[in-house]
Amino acid sequence: MTVQRRMSGQRRGRAINTIGVWVLSAVLLLWTLLPIYNIIRVSMQDKEEVLSTSVFPVAPSPDAFSVVIHQAYWLLETFWNQMGNSFYIGITVAFLTLAIGTLTSFTISRMRIRNGWMLTNAALLTYVIPMSFLAIPFYGIMGKYGLTNNPIAVIAVQVTFATPYAIFIFQQYSASIPFELDEAARIDGASPPQIFFRIYLPLMAPALVAIGTYALLLSWNEYLYAFLLLSGGKVVTVPVALGKFLVGDEAPWNYLMAAAIIYAIPPLLIYYGVRRKMHGGLTMGGVKG
Amino acid sequence: MVVTTSIESPAAATNTTPLARRRRRLGADKLWALAFVTPYVAVFVAFVIYPIGYGLWLGSDPASYRALFSDPVYPRTVVNTLLYLLFGVNLKLLLALLLSGFFMRKGWWTKVLLLIFMLPWAIPALPSYLSINWMLNGQWGLINNIIWHVAQVDGPPWLDSHGLALGSVIYGHIWKWLPFWTLIFLAGRMAISLELYEAADVDGASLVQKFTHVTLPLMAGMYLVCTMLSTIWALGDFNAVRFISGGGPALSTHVLATLGIRNAFELGDPGLGMATVLTALPLLIPLVILLMRQLRRSEVTI
Repeated sequence: MTVQRRMSGQRRGRAINTIGVWVLSAVLLLWTLLPIYNIIRVSMQDKEEVLSTSVFPVAPSPDAFSVVIHQAYWLLETFWNQMGNSFYIGITVAFLTLAIGTLTSFTISRMRIRNGWMLTNAALLTYVIPMSFLAIPFYGIMGKYGLTNNPIAVIAVQVTFATPYAIFIFQQYSASIPFELDEAARIDGASPPQIFFRIYLPLMAPALVAIGTYALLLSWNEYLYAFLLLSGGKVVTVPVALGKFLVGDEAPWNYLMAAAIIYAIPPLLIYYGVRRKMHGGLTMGGVKG
Repeated sequence: MVVTTSIESPAAATNTTPLARRRRRLGADKLWALAFVTPYVAVFVAFVIYPIGYGLWLGSDPASYRALFSDPVYPRTVVNTLLYLLFGVNLKLLLALLLSGFFMRKGWWTKVLLLIFMLPWAIPALPSYLSINWMLNGQWGLINNIIWHVAQVDGPPWLDSHGLALGSVIYGHIWKWLPFWTLIFLAGRMAISLELYEAADVDGASLVQKFTHVTLPLMAGMYLVCTMLSTIWALGDFNAVRFISGGGPALSTHVLATLGIRNAFELGDPGLGMATVLTALPLLIPLVILLMRQLRRSEVTI
């Protein structure tokens, strides 16, 4: 009797559990996918249908994508040039972040310099300053340097805000590389650059992938500085161009959404390609305290 | 040691005593270290110290603050900023903490769901915020279209009233950043030893008891750090307001970050813009100090 009752109680508990999982899953899917469905929906509508009460596209067509791809709308005239600019800035930022980040963390953690904590603190400070708060002085300073409307200005600011995180992760990651390797190399007469290039960098490869991706995505996502520092012409990046759509009275939302989807594809591919490594980097160290 | 490697330069061989060689090596090391940190120090001085100093100087004119405090938009902006931080950050982190428990479940479905759930974070902010903007359009937006088809009534004009527009911005912020923080808490939970839960199971603890007596105490420190960090980042968030509500209707949903940019560039008054941003310092400075101390000590990396 009692055994039977307990069994049925367990079964009921499991059934409630399963229902709970499915309900929660449905809510999460709806929550996550609604704005994403909206981008895709609008990108497949034609101009008149955008201004209608439809929930599903009536006659889905890839026309908006073809307009974007062939740059057949005046706001999209230089779309591929803008994509190129985004790539150029993103890749340069990733490369410089890796270079500066590895050199700094190598010096702090492997060469054990006396005032390394000052560098760590400088990185920490940069990390906790909201990026947008420095936009106003930055704009003035870049004017003084003569770098307005120059991609170098945007690259500089993005590198500045990407390196602190790079330094943390590299420092943590390099703690797992045995120090004896460096010492053995030193006894053999290796100089610091040789240790850096032949021992440190190869062993740091996974962290390099994670941070390189992080810097590339940070740069790809960045709007405010690109908007302020790249005012027009051939140097504009895609986010700045997307932002310009909103200024007009009748924004062609289908073109805007199609361009936004094309712009979102590279980071999506990169993210899902190196997801494991990125998560490893992001959550490295997790909670020690 | 007889064995020398080919790496060693011929010049080093002329050194006779080991001590002299060692001393020279140390001097060279110092130079290398100096050369290695120079790029970062240069970046830090040119693009952090200098802008901070210049910004403080720009925002040092009392007249800017008089102009700012007499601007009717300003008090509303301060309230908006506080509401944005209070609800945006706390709701998001609470949900993230709870959801991270759900994603601890085993099985293929949870893995697939997590992949989909990470999408908002992987998609660049701008397309998502633009989509949310249009989705909430009062006349032709998806949400009101759905409401119309389901209930045959007109949905509210989401972005045309102050309260709803601010709520929409907060919704956009949570939507975009919930996956990231869930992932962080997921890593935190995974670091907790399973034995603790097994011991609790043996003692007959319920699900809620396990959460309050095992998970919560162990994650409290991390949760606090995340709250501070998220608050700072949300304080500097420009894109959500800019692209979901645009600060409207009638400048009623600006936050300090967007109002600062507006004052500096649309009104062409950098001093006023900097003053706007600098009024966040009473909140920012204590957070920065607390957070720096915490991050240095506990090695929580996010």
